[in-house]
Parts: sequence; C-alpha cells; structure tokens
Amino acid sequence: MPIEQYIFLSLALFTIGIVGVLTRRNAIIIFMCIELMLNAVNLLLVAFSKMHHLKLMEVNPNAGTEGQLFVFFIMVVAAAEVSVGLAIIVLLYRNTRSVDVNFLNRLKH
Amino acid sequence: MKSALQLVWFIPLLPLVGFLINGLLRNKLSKTAAGIIGSGVILGSFILSLLLFLQVKEGATFVSELFTFIKVNELSIPFAFQVDQLSALFLLIITGVGFLIHVYSTAYMHEESNSHFARYFAYLNLFVFSMLLLVLGNNFVIMFIGWEGVGLCSYLLIGYWFKNIDYTNAAKKAFIMNRIGDLGFLLAIFWLIAKVDTVTFATVFSAETLQVLTPTDITGITLLLFVGAMGKSAQLPLYTWLPDAMAGPTPVSALIHAATMVTAGIYMIARSNVLYTMAPFTQGVVAVVGLVTALFAATIALKQNDIKKVLAYSTVSQLGYMFLGLGVGAYTGAVFHVMTHAFFKALLFLGAGSVIHAMHHEQDIRKMGGLKKHLPHTHWTFFVGCIAIAGIPPLSGFFSKDEILAAAWSANKIYWILGVIGAAMTAFYMFRLYATTFLGKFRGTQEQEHHLHESPKAMVFPLIVLAVLSAGAGFLGVPAVLMENAHWLDQYLAPVFAASKELTAGHAHHLSHSTEYMLMGVSVGIAAIAIFYAVNKFSKNPDLEEPAGFGKVLANKWYVDEIYNAIIVRPLFALSNLLEKFVENKFINGIVNGSGRLVQYTARQLRYLQSGQVTNYVLLMVLGMIALFVVMYFTKK
Repeated sequence: MPIEQYIFLSLALFTIGIVGVLTRRNAIIIFMCIELMLNAVNLLLVAFSKMHHLKLMEVNPNAGTEGQLFVFFIMVVAAAEVSVGLAIIVLLYRNTRSVDVNFLNRLKH
Repeated sequence: MKSALQLVWFIPLLPLVGFLINGLLRNKLSKTAAGIIGSGVILGSFILSLLLFLQVKEGATFVSELFTFIKVNELSIPFAFQVDQLSALFLLIITGVGFLIHVYSTAYMHEESNSHFARYFAYLNLFVFSMLLLVLGNNFVIMFIGWEGVGLCSYLLIGYWFKNIDYTNAAKKAFIMNRIGDLGFLLAIFWLIAKVDTVTFATVFSAETLQVLTPTDITGITLLLFVGAMGKSAQLPLYTWLPDAMAGPTPVSALIHAATMVTAGIYMIARSNVLYTMAPFTQGVVAVVGLVTALFAATIALKQNDIKKVLAYSTVSQLGYMFLGLGVGAYTGAVFHVMTHAFFKALLFLGAGSVIHAMHHEQDIRKMGGLKKHLPHTHWTFFVGCIAIAGIPPLSGFFSKDEILAAAWSANKIYWILGVIGAAMTAFYMFRLYATTFLGKFRGTQEQEHHLHESPKAMVFPLIVLAVLSAGAGFLGVPAVLMENAHWLDQYLAPVFAASKELTAGHAHHLSHSTEYMLMGVSVGIAAIAIFYAVNKFSKNPDLEEPAGFGKVLANKWYVDEIYNAIIVRPLFALSNLLEKFVENKFINGIVNGSGRLVQYTARQLRYLQSGQVTNYVLLMVLGMIALFVVMYFTKK
C-alpha cells in the first residue's frame, strides 16, 4: 500500500481527535479522542518505520526499528495514562455526579 | 601647657553630656535634678574656660587634634580645637553668661512640667555645646558645624512652646532666614577649598596662602562670609527673624538672641580679620550694612511697646555697631563691644524676664509703670543696664561704643555722625522703656498689682552679677587717651589681630587727644540729653495711644515684614501653587497614576484568557502549536 494512504488515514484520525477534544464536554469522550490522537500517531510511526525498513534493508537489516519501539513506548504510557485518567473520572463522578469538564472551573473563582 | 590641652575636650563635652542626660531621661528627672545637671555642666565648662583663659595669656595658641574629620585627595580637615586669645574670651562669655542664665532659668521656667523643664535644659545645653564648638573649631568646617548647631537650637528654643502656632512660625522664620545666610557661608568655604585646598585657620591666614588668593577671591570669600554673618547676626536685610525670635522663653532671648549666638557672625569676621583687612571693598560693605542696621533698628525700637521687642531691636542695632567696628578695622573694639553687650543685654533681658514673671506674662509696657517700688532689685539692675547701653561713663557700654565710634571717625566722619545719632536714639528708647516700665503710676489691673512680687533669689542673683559686670567690664578697655597702657583687652587680643595691624600699619593715623575728648564729650552729651528728655517725658505721660503719622510707620517696623511678604513670600507661594496645579497634579501625578492604570487595564483584559473552560485552553494550545508550525515552516531555509 502506498504511504500516502496511511498518512491520510492517520491525519483523519488525528483531526477527529482534536475536534472531539475541542468540542465535546464529556470527559470520557475527550479521553477517547485523546486515545484516538495517540493511535493516529502510532499508526503513522509504524507506517514510516516500515517504509524506512523497506528502503534500507540491504544496507542495514535493523533500519526503522526505532519507530516501532516508540510505538510500544507510547502504548505503555497511554495505558498508564488511561488508568490514572479513568480513576480521576470515576472519583469526579462520585463527587459531582457529572463528568462535564466545564463544570470543573471552580479554580477560576 | 599640657594640662590645658587635655582639658580643652571637656569644655564642649560637658554640655553635651548634660544634653544627653537631660534629653534622654527627661521623663524621669525631677526639676531640681534637671536644673542642677543643666547648670552644673555649664559651671564645669566655665571653670575650665577660666583655667584656659589664664593659660593662653602669654600669647600662645593651643591646637589639639582629635581625629581627621574629612580626607579627600589634597584636602584634609581635622576635627581639632584651637584655643587662642579670641576663642578663650568667647569661651568665657559663653560659659559665664550661659551659667548665669541657666541658674536664672531654674526659677523662671519653674511653672513648666517636669519633662518640658528637662527638655528646656537639654536644648540649652545643646546650644552651649554647639556654640563652644563654633568658637573652638580650628577650621571653617568645624565652625560651620557649630554654626548650624546653634541655628538648630535657636529654632528648637524659639518654638519651645510649640502648641502656639505663632511661636512655631517664628521658629521657622528664624531657621529659614539663617539658612539663607548659611548658604553664603557654605559657598565661601567651597571657594576656599577650590582655591587653596585648606580650611584650617592657621593655614588660610598664613602669608603663603594669602599670596595665592587674588584680590577678587578675597573680596568674594569675605562677602560670602559676611552673608553668613548677616543671617546669624541679624543684619539688614536678614534681620527680621530676631525680633520674632522673642517668642521663646525670656532667658533664651537673653542667652541666644542677645548675648551669644548672634555674636557668632562677629566672631567669624574677627577670626578672619586678615582676609577682611585685605578686602577694603568688603570692609566698606560691612561698615555700611552695620551702620544702616544700627540706625534702622534704633528707629523701630523708638516706637515698640513690647518690652522684649524693644530689647530685640536694640540688639539688632548694637550688632550693627559691632559690624561698623569690624568694617572700620576696629576689631578689638568690636570684640570688646560683644563682651560688654553680652553683659548688659543679658542683664536687660533677664530684668525684662523678671518683670514679665512678676506681671504674669504681660509684656506690654503700656500696662506697666511704677514697678520701681515693687521690684527693687530688678529695678536697679535694669537701671544699670540702661545706662550701660546708653553709653554713660564709666559704665562698660561707654568704653566699647566709644572705641568703635572713634575708629569710625578716623575712617569716615559721616560714619561717626550717624553712629552718634544712633547712640542718641539708643539712649532715648532705652530710657523710654525704663521710664514707662518702672516710673510713674501702675497702669495694670488691680489683680496684677496685688500679685506683684520680687523674683526669687535664683533670678535676682544673676541680675546682680551681670549688673556688676556691666558696670565694671569697661575698665578692661580704657582708651589710651584717658590712661596710658590701660587697654588691657587690646593687649590680650593683640596676637589675634597682629597680622591685620601690620597690613594697616602704613596708613593708620592716631587721633589727637583733643579730638578724642571732643568725640567722647559729644556722644556722652547727646546721650545724656536724650536720657533726660526721655525720662522726663515718659515717667509722667507715657505714650499710650496708638501712634499716628510717621510714628505709625515706625511702630509697624517700616512695614518690612509686609514688604517681604509681598515681594518674596507671596510670589513664592503663587509659584508653588502654580507648580502644584500644573506640574505636580497634571504632569507628575499623571505619569505615576497613568502607569498604575495601564497595568490595571492590561490585567483586566488579560483576565478574560483565564476562562476556566478546559476546551478554551486546549484550543489555545492547538492554535499555538499551529502557529509554531507555521513559523517553523516559513523560517526554514
């Protein structure tokens, strides 16, 4: 598959993520959108690393592996983030009976 | 010799200690303690001064250096004391008269509360300390420190009763007037430093230094010094503070505004006599200013009805005579007059204080009269003071005034004629005062008459001592025409004025004996006529009505205060109002408030960024990232 298609797909996913974060007020949906953005980046990284690998295979059999390593790294971080973030949202819901982020502007006052 | 050197430090130190004790413990000391400490330290200084006075008789000059006060490049100003004949004489006058006035004050100020009583003595001690610093300093800078110190104490003591707004105004007036003069003094010091890099008397007046100075320098420096003297010694046009200074307690008027502080200017000029002798133009200015002041103040004194105001104008007038003496080169005469004047003017002021005390703070002589039988001691001492100041032989005023007038005759006959007219006026207004106060019938209320009493011993004792001194001090300077080699003061002070004498040796001409007899006769005769006229006129019918015509002008002091108000004070006020309105309020306030308002405004606008909406923050973040991206894209090569 040509690389352009991967780029278009991940661009679309990333844009959906950004728009979601900017427009939605539900904390869980914002959370999902952030995941979407992270995965768009992951997809892009894998695609590029594969492209890289194909091009430099003869010279260096290990070429392009760093990108994939980063993908795993991002996934680990994202998992940790999800566990902390969901815990916060659960506590938030218990305290306020709501997961609306605009409701959380107490610090302003 | 050595002992005297070691003792010098104690002379100003004692009053300083007295000031500290009385000042710091004023809430704890009883009146007796404060009085004893205050007077005791001055007595100590007086005894030490007396020892020194006898030590310097041989003509030597002691200099005792404590430490280097200022050292910059070539200029080195030591903190050093110098005792020679002139300063020894002034030491004696200051501590001697000062002590008597301290003793007098213990009784006079007795109505004050404890802490105010101690405060009074603290100020008085501080004044004596400053004055001693002034006459002991061996350079112009130390003198200037004392000079400012006495100005400060004068301010503090004029405004001693600070609850009265008029008194505090009088204090401020004295301070500001003095500051004008001080500026002249300061400029003279700077000029000296710029030209010869030294301010020490011995170096400045040495022949080598004087050669460096051009005649313009000398004239300029002496004129500026004289401006300082005009302020401190109340000469035209800076004299108006002295009569107002009578707002202070009467002993203060006696000590500061008659006997000692106001003679600081004379001391300074006598100290720099070499410079003045080398600047004939300045001498002329000094003589004319002195003479005009003497006459001007005497005319005002003719019509004053406040007992202290008469004495105040008389002081201004007598100071004018001293400057006349300095101007015509009769330095000894001027210093002699300082001494005699200190005695009889302190006596007169203390006598006036005694009268005021007896009359329950009534100062208007129109409400007095006939006090002779109620206040016998005050009466006769006051009488002695009056004839002393009027210049009747053989009391002290005659000898000193005659010496100045004789010198004036040999300088310029017009000086002499005007001087004698002034002397006649002096005799007239003093005896107008005497007759209105002590002779005739009592004109006060019955209650006042009932309470009339002679003052306590602590007040009468200084009066008697001063009366004896006023009567006898003249014999220290008997002119050669009456007795050969009897001018003891002249011989004593000779080393101080030796350099000036050398300079004028060429053209000094002695008066013939017959001329001198004639001069004495005329001045004494005119004074005697004025006395008889005044006593006759005012003992029977004192002028109680408001004066009219020219008398009114005199009673209103030639409207000098009003003129100063109109040409200096009011324009200054108008200018500062203008500056306040436009420069201060519009311009400076605008800048200051404007910058404050700018910060507030921006803060208020920026506040909207902190909306508290998470999405807003995220949006801004995204926009920022896009902006960064754009920037990077376009700045990339």
